[in-house]
Amino acid sequence: MEEESDSRKINNSFLRDHNYATEADIISTVEFNSSGELLATGDKGGRVVVFQREQESKSQPNRRGEYNVYSTFQSHEPEFDYLKSLEIEEKINKIKWLPQQNAAYFLLSTNDKTVKLWKISERDKRPEGYNLKDEDGRIRDPSTITSLRVPVLQPMDLMVEATARRVFSNAHTYHINSISVNSDLQTFISTDDLRVNLWNLEITDRSFNIVDIKPSNMEELTEVITSAEFHPRQCHTFAYSSSKGSIRLCDMRQAALCDRHCKYFEEPEDPSTRSFFSEIISSISDVKFSHNGRYLMTRDYLTVKVWDLQMENKPLETYQVHDYLRGKLCSLYENDCIFDKFECVWNGSDSVIMTGSYNNFFRMFDRNTKRDVTLEASRENSKPRAILKPRKVCVGGKRRKDEISVDSLDFSKKILHTTWHPHENIIAVAATNNLYIFQDKVN
Amino acid sequence: MGPTLWCTDVAAQRPRGNMFPKGTKRKFSDSGEEAGSNGDQGQAASTSVAAPRTLTSSYSLQRQSLLDMSLIKLQLCHMLVEPNLCRSVLIANTVRQIQEEMTQDGTWQIMTQALAAAQCPSDRLVATEVLCRQTDPATAAQAGQSPKPFSVVGLEEGYHSEEVVMEGEVETEVTMSTLSPVSQQMPSASYLAGPFGMGPCWEEEDEDGDGEDEDDDEEDSEECVSEGEEGDRDHLRADSRTGEQVFGTFEIKHPVPPADPALEELFSDVDPSYYDLDTVLTGMQSSPKMGPYDLLESLSSHGPTTLSSSSTCRSDLNELDHIMEIIVGS
Repeated sequence: MEEESDSRKINNSFLRDHNYATEADIISTVEFNSSGELLATGDKGGRVVVFQREQESKSQPNRRGEYNVYSTFQSHEPEFDYLKSLEIEEKINKIKWLPQQNAAYFLLSTNDKTVKLWKISERDKRPEGYNLKDEDGRIRDPSTITSLRVPVLQPMDLMVEATARRVFSNAHTYHINSISVNSDLQTFISTDDLRVNLWNLEITDRSFNIVDIKPSNMEELTEVITSAEFHPRQCHTFAYSSSKGSIRLCDMRQAALCDRHCKYFEEPEDPSTRSFFSEIISSISDVKFSHNGRYLMTRDYLTVKVWDLQMENKPLETYQVHDYLRGKLCSLYENDCIFDKFECVWNGSDSVIMTGSYNNFFRMFDRNTKRDVTLEASRENSKPRAILKPRKVCVGGKRRKDEISVDSLDFSKKILHTTWHPHENIIAVAATNNLYIFQDKVN
Repeated sequence: MGPTLWCTDVAAQRPRGNMFPKGTKRKFSDSGEEAGSNGDQGQAASTSVAAPRTLTSSYSLQRQSLLDMSLIKLQLCHMLVEPNLCRSVLIANTVRQIQEEMTQDGTWQIMTQALAAAQCPSDRLVATEVLCRQTDPATAAQAGQSPKPFSVVGLEEGYHSEEVVMEGEVETEVTMSTLSPVSQQMPSASYLAGPFGMGPCWEEEDEDGDGEDEDDDEEDSEECVSEGEEGDRDHLRADSRTGEQVFGTFEIKHPVPPADPALEELFSDVDPSYYDLDTVLTGMQSSPKMGPYDLLESLSSHGPTTLSSSSTCRSDLNELDHIMEIIVGS
């Protein structure tokens, strides 16, 4: 499938002249809201930048709306835990939107320890004509007031405000790796390495622990939770993935503590490929339900797998993301790349899945046609409206022109975070501190 | 609470295939003959692996370097302000895997001996030598085994006490004479005597030792290299049983092939003195008691800095213990 680069790159740091990436500007999460109108990004510096799609103009019907900055705010600040002498990073690990219920937008953003509910609202009118204070805001001397007037709302420049409406804190001993809003729109879960907590959006001083895999003796710890998500339709079902490559589906109606799963998904290991790295590469970095709720997608280091919820013993489909890395696992272990956590996403119709790789490559797999494509998110290749050229990695032997050899891959350029518009073929890809938005070619 | 290294969960979920699968050939440039058959699964593979098998030295070296790399990574993440738990767990599991494999082919005890030698508080820097292997052609040739540090004992019958080179202290001959030479257990005997070796030291702990040991081990388990003293204390604590009794139990266990469930069963007897026999069990072929975290301690060459870094880098793993440490005054 061909993609067009509509907005080339939106430099998240707003320091457009800088060529180097300041660490605070490294994008750590991207997420479209449920209508696709808004796109939120979180970065390592604790900031959230929200982009809004501009209205399609009638004068240019072929041009799809571009995404422009809508709001920027500091979601989390660095903190210091005095009890443990540990710094708490302000990096935004995940952002999840709440479906829109009124004029304002709500999103949940989280760092390692604290989840916050933000309200983003517009203000385009301002009351003028107060009696007790003048236009500058200074209090008027009551003795000078001789008549009364009714304040009138006057239009003003659009102002977008973000306010923190709830702060959900002090519930996690370990680092939060994911949050997920329930389809009931009243609760959400936050997940750290060993526990899953259930919150009510209205209540901040209490949460329920629904999964706890902490062993009584920490020395026996061999498995951690890597991600968790609510089922998109069934408000009592959620799934969590582990570092051992398994996924557990739990039903909250069964018991208060969902330590016993009702479904357990794991693919038996292939003994012929077993190595010392087998366990590490089987660790699941992301789990996502399909929009229709029938499938689960998991991402481990080398593959993406689609699971049918009705079949626990093996995945329905397995896609190789970058199998050419299999022979390089030792080096990747040495430079820690083997621990990179890639995310994966479904498109709106659940027919295509996408995930990132190294060298700023990202991959898309069409589940129906079984075709796949590798694309690159880079400045050189992303002139406005340029069509992205499929890339290919050559494994050995002769390298064709335009192919790139495995040894030339840049492992510092990794695409960990991607998101797909819920209805259209628009994707957002985060490459270190740059955000790329690609759209379908419009004929 | 059985020995932590037997990840029976892993075994249950993943059929433990061939210990030297074809896959490793891709990774290791020269992984040679694998006597273990490729098609076997689970226990069958384990027993076939225990059979005499030649390890290519390059495979062993690569495995060793992987182990060293993993331990360094674990150490490094102890020094970080906030260790990533998932990464630490994955690395620790890799270390366990290597340990298990090395135990099964017998190279593990050699290393633990060397580490025992390095246990002396005053000689912790010696531990770094463990990481830089010196190939001893004589001993390496003996069983085609991987090179042994410090030219320590061979694994065969006939314990050559004079070969045990311990840093500083201990004459192991004293202890050795009381013990029945069990082939695989010889190294552990020397380890037992160890740098802390004298009898009087050992008789200190009984019941108290148990409780304290467990606490210490819990603290140790937090993936932070705990204070050097604590590590030493663990190894010091030994059952008040005589060496003979201890080895008596080893003899029973020794002939059992390294099958996980069987060992679990056997170890269930050892449970109460598990922590007391910390030192002792380490030398045992089938029970590399030195888990990844213990191994870490012994390899740590940063005595004093470990102290401070462990308190600052204490992860969220066990708040209470951390608080206790602060109060107790690390």
